Amino acid sequence: MTTINALAAISVAYVLLLFAVAFFAERAAQRGNAGILRAPIIYTLSLSIYCTAWTFYGAVGSAARNGLEYMTIYLGPSLVLIGWWWGLRKLVRIGRSQRITSIADLISSRYGKSNLLGVGVTLLAVVGTTPYIALQLQSVTLSVEVFAQADAVNLHNKQFTAFWVAVGLSAFTVIFGTRNLDTNERHHGVVMAIALEAIVKLAALLAVGTFVVWGMSGGISGTLERIDQSSLGLWEVQGGRWVGLMMLSSAAFLCLPRMFQVLVVENDNDPQLRMAAWAFPLYLMLMSLFIVPIAVVGLDVLPAGSNPDLFVLTVPLSQGQNGLAVLSFLGGFSSATSMVIVAAIALSTMVSNHIVMPIWLRFSATTASVSGDVRQVVLLSRRLSIAGVLLLGYLYYAMSGGGEALATIGLVSFTGVAQVLPALLGGIFWRGATRTGALAGLTAGFGIWLYTLYLPSFGPGVVLPESFFVDGPLGVSWLHPHALFGIEGLDPLLHAVLWSLSLNTVAFFAASLMSFPSPLERLQGAQFVNVQQAPGSARGWSQGAAQAEDLMVMSQRILGATEAQALFQRAAQDQGLAGYLPEPTPAFLQVLERELSGSVGAATAHAMLGQIVGGMAVSVEDLMAVADETAQMMEYSARLEEQSAELSRTAAQLRAANDKLTRLSVQKDAFLSQISHELRTPMTSIRAFSEILRDTDGLTGEERNKYSSIIHDEAIRLTRLLDDLLDLSVLENGQVSLNIVQGTLREVLDRAQAAASANENGPALDIQRDLTRESVVLFTDTERLSQVFINLISNAGKYCDAAQPRLEIRVQKTDKDLLVDFIDNGSGVAPDAQDVIFEKFSRVSDQKAGGAGLGLAICRQITARLGGEISYLPGQGGAAFRVQLPLSMTRAA
Amino acid sequence: MPLFVERQTYRRRRLVDAARALPVLGLMLWWVPLLWSLPEEPMPASTALIYIFLVWAGLVAAAGLLIYALQAKRNRGPEDAP
Amino acid sequence: MSGQVLLIEDEPNIIEAIKFILSREGWHVHTHSNGVDAADVVRSRAPDVLILDVMLPGRSGYDILRELRDDPATAALPVLMLTARGQSKDREMAERAGASRFMTKPFSNAEVLDAVRALTSVA
Repeated sequence: MTTINALAAISVAYVLLLFAVAFFAERAAQRGNAGILRAPIIYTLSLSIYCTAWTFYGAVGSAARNGLEYMTIYLGPSLVLIGWWWGLRKLVRIGRSQRITSIADLISSRYGKSNLLGVGVTLLAVVGTTPYIALQLQSVTLSVEVFAQADAVNLHNKQFTAFWVAVGLSAFTVIFGTRNLDTNERHHGVVMAIALEAIVKLAALLAVGTFVVWGMSGGISGTLERIDQSSLGLWEVQGGRWVGLMMLSSAAFLCLPRMFQVLVVENDNDPQLRMAAWAFPLYLMLMSLFIVPIAVVGLDVLPAGSNPDLFVLTVPLSQGQNGLAVLSFLGGFSSATSMVIVAAIALSTMVSNHIVMPIWLRFSATTASVSGDVRQVVLLSRRLSIAGVLLLGYLYYAMSGGGEALATIGLVSFTGVAQVLPALLGGIFWRGATRTGALAGLTAGFGIWLYTLYLPSFGPGVVLPESFFVDGPLGVSWLHPHALFGIEGLDPLLHAVLWSLSLNTVAFFAASLMSFPSPLERLQGAQFVNVQQAPGSARGWSQGAAQAEDLMVMSQRILGATEAQALFQRAAQDQGLAGYLPEPTPAFLQVLERELSGSVGAATAHAMLGQIVGGMAVSVEDLMAVADETAQMMEYSARLEEQSAELSRTAAQLRAANDKLTRLSVQKDAFLSQISHELRTPMTSIRAFSEILRDTDGLTGEERNKYSSIIHDEAIRLTRLLDDLLDLSVLENGQVSLNIVQGTLREVLDRAQAAASANENGPALDIQRDLTRESVVLFTDTERLSQVFINLISNAGKYCDAAQPRLEIRVQKTDKDLLVDFIDNGSGVAPDAQDVIFEKFSRVSDQKAGGAGLGLAICRQITARLGGEISYLPGQGGAAFRVQLPLSMTRAA
Repeated sequence: MPLFVERQTYRRRRLVDAARALPVLGLMLWWVPLLWSLPEEPMPASTALIYIFLVWAGLVAAAGLLIYALQAKRNRGPEDAP
Repeated sequence: MSGQVLLIEDEPNIIEAIKFILSREGWHVHTHSNGVDAADVVRSRAPDVLILDVMLPGRSGYDILRELRDDPATAALPVLMLTARGQSKDREMAERAGASRFMTKPFSNAEVLDAVRALTSVA
C-alpha cells in the first residue's frame, strides 16, 4: 500500500518538475536568453526520444527472447549519426532554410508543394504512430501494475491509469507545444523537458545495470560468465534479421515523425548536429550496455513465465530494492511520456497543416485577406489535433486490450514510416525525382505494408480473413500476405520490409523517370538538392497583380502585426522604398511565402499566397535560372543578379522620387490657387456683411447681431489660417524652440481628446484607449505633441465615414521607439494618396471639412522636430496613422 | 576549380573523406557477426557483446575526434565548400 | 425688379449674404450647395439667372456649366460665375466653359446687384 502511494506521489512530483522546467525554459526563450536552450548538449539529449518505453522495457524483453538482436535497433541510428556528413547535414540545412515544419511538409514542399503528398504522408504517420502511442500507455499501465501486485493492491480498472496519463500528456503538450505559433516551429520548453527525461531514463537504466552487474553477479567477469552459461549464451542471431533490422532502424530514425521533429525541425544550428554526431551514438551505447545482463539475471532469478518486458522493474523489486525500482519506474515513465509528447506535437502539426487548414481555407468561404486572426484558428486546430492524436492512441490501447499484440507493433510501425525514405532521399539527392514518382512509391510501399504487416499484425481473422494465411486470398497462393509472389520461408517482418521498400523504390524511380515535373517541382527540386551551393536562388512566383496591402493584411493574421510590419518595412527598405509596402516582386513573395510556411506549412502558405497573387505561373526567366546548372553559370548569374538587384533598387527609388516630384509640382502649382481660395472665402463674407451693415437701413438689432458675429467668426477663421501658415513656415525653417517638460503620454492624450471633442460637430467619435499602456513618462514638448494628437483625433472625427465612427489609440513599445497608432474604422486613405497626405493643402478627401489642409503637414514637421516620425500605416482596416517617438525621451511610469 | 589547393584545404578535404568513410567502416565491422552464424564453431555471447561494444566505442571516439579536427581546421584554415 | 435667381454655392455665410442682398431688391433666391446634382436642380428650377461657384463639393462649377451649355434648354441661360482663386487662367477657363459673367471673391454687394441686373436685362 505504501509503495503504490509513494509511487503516485513521486510521479506527481516528477510531472510538476517537468512542467516547471518547461515553463522556465519558455520564459527564458521569451526573454531572449535562448543560449542554453540552443546548446548542442540539449539537442543531443532531445534525440533520446528515439528510446521510448518500447526500448526501455522492451529491449530487455527482446534480449530475453531473441538474444543480441535487440542491438540492431540502436546500431542503425548510430551509423546514421556517425555518417552525418552523408545525409543528415543536408537534411537539417534544408529543414532550416525552407522552414520545414514536419516530414509531411518536407515531402509536400519538395514535390511542388503538393498537398496530396502532404496528406498521404500525414495519414501514413498517423496510422503508424497511433499504435506506438498505445504501446507507451500500455507500458505505463503495466509498470504501475507491477507495483500494485507487489503491494497486493487490486487495481479495479487498468484503463484508468492509461486514460489519466493520456489526459495529462495532452494537457502538457497543448500547454507547451502550442504556446505560440513560432515561425521557426521550435518548442524550447518541450525540448528542455525532454532533455531532462533523457537524463532520467539513462540514469535509471545505468543504475539498474550497475546493481545487476556489481550487486548481483559479482562484477564484469562474473557477469560475462553468467551470460555464457544462460540460455542466451551463444550467438544465434539470424543473419537476415541482423542486417534487415539494422537498415530498418536507420530508415525509421530519419522518417519517424517524432524523430524528424527533434532532429530537423527543432534544429537551430550546425554545431548542434556536430555534437550529436558522436554524442548520441554514445548515449545509445550506454542505453544498451546493460540490457543483456539484466535479461540474463531476470531469467535466472525470477520464476519462469514472468514477463521479461518488465525485468527492469521486477529484478530490483525481487531483491527488495524498492528505491531502485521507483527510479526505474521513472525512467520508463520518462521514456513513454517524452515520446508521446513529441509524437503528438509532430502529428498535430502535420494534421493541422495538411488536413485541417486546407479544408478550413476551402470551406470558410472567405479569402485569405479577410480580416480576423488565422493564428487562432491554426492554434485551435493544433490543440484539437493533439487531443485527437492522444485520444486515438488511448482508444487503440483500450480496444486492443493491451495484450501481446502491442509489443510487436514497434517494428511494424518502423516499417510503415520507413516507406517515406525513398521519396525523402530521392528528394534531397536526385533532381529527377518527381511528384508522380513520390506518389507511386508511397502508394506501393504503404499498400504492401498494410497488407503484409500492419493488417496481419492484428492476428489472422481479425481484419484479414484466416483463409488468406492458409492459401492466399481466394486461393491465389502468390498473394499470400507472408509469401508474396510465392517466395516462402522468410521471416514475416523481413518479408514485408523487403517487398514494401523494394517495390516502393522501384515504383518511385520508374514513375519519376516516366513523368515530367511541373515547373514548380523543378524549382523546389533544384532548391532542395542544391541547398549548400545556392541557398534560395530559385523562384516560385511571377510578378502578378498582387496587392501589397492585401498581402500585408494576410501576413498580419498569420505572423502577428508587429512581425509582419517589420518584415514588410524591411523588404520595402531593401527595395529602396519608404513606408510599409514593398513592391510584390517575385523575390519578396518568395521570402514572404517562406516566412508563412514556417507557421502553416509550405502547401498552405503557397495556397494562401495564391489566393491573393492569383497566378502561380513560373516565368520562362525563372526556368532559365534552373537550367543553369554549372557552377560557373551559377556564380555568373548570382553576380548579375546582384547588379540587377542594385539597378532595380535604384530605379525603384528614382521612379518613386519622380512620381512624387510630379505630384508635388502639380501641388505647387495649386498652392497659390489654394492659398488664395482659403483667404478669399472668409474675406468675401466679411466684406459682404460689413457692406450690408454699412449700407442697409432699418436692420433689426437681431440681424445686426447675427451679421456682426458672422464677421467675427470669419475673421477668426482667417487668423487661424494665417497662424497655421506661420506655424508651418516656422517649423519648416527650424526656428522653433521646444519647451521640453515632463508629462505622461496619458495626460497628453487626455488633453488632446478633450480639445478635439470640443470643436467636434459630427456624429460622436467613439475613442478606445488603453490607459495602462499609456502610462509612459515623456520628456518632450507636450504642447506640440498634443497638437499632433488633436489633429489626428479631429481628422478621424471629420473623415471617418463609418456609421458608428470609432477610433482606437494603440500604444506599444519596441526596443527603441514608442509607437502610438490612431486607427479608425472608416474606409481609409486610397493607396495612391497615402504618400501625399502629409503635404501642404492636401486634404484627406475632396469634401470640405473646414480645415485648410495644413494639419498633417504641421504634424509631420512637429514629430520630426521631436525626433520622431509620423506615417500612414496601411492594411489596418481603416485610416491609420502611426506616431513614432524615440524611447530615449520616455521612461516607464 | 584549381588543380592544386593549399595544404590546409587539402588536409581538410581528406578529413571530410574520413568522416564519410567512417559509417561505411562501422557497417562492415558490424556485419562481421554474420560470419559467426556458421554452425561449426558457435560464438559465445560474451565475446560477441565485447566485440560489438568495442566497435561502438571506437566509432564514437573516431567520430568525435574527426569532428574536433574538422572544427580546428575550419577555425584556422580558409572556409571552403565541401 | 423681380425674377428667379438660383445660387449654387457651398459657403453658408456667402449664401446668406447674397440672398440678403438680392431679396431686398425683389429677387426670389433659391439656393443649392452641392455640385453633384446641381445641373438637375437648374433644369427643374429654370431660373432667370444662375449664380455658380467654381469650387463645389462633388463637382466643379466649370463642369456643371459645360453640361448646361450642351443642353439646348439651358444653353442661353445667363450665368454669373464666382471664384475665390483670382488667377487670370481662372477667368479664361470660365469664359471657355461658357460663363456670361465672372466675378472674383471678395466682391462688393453693388457689383453683384449690377451683374444680376445686367444679365436679366440682356435676356
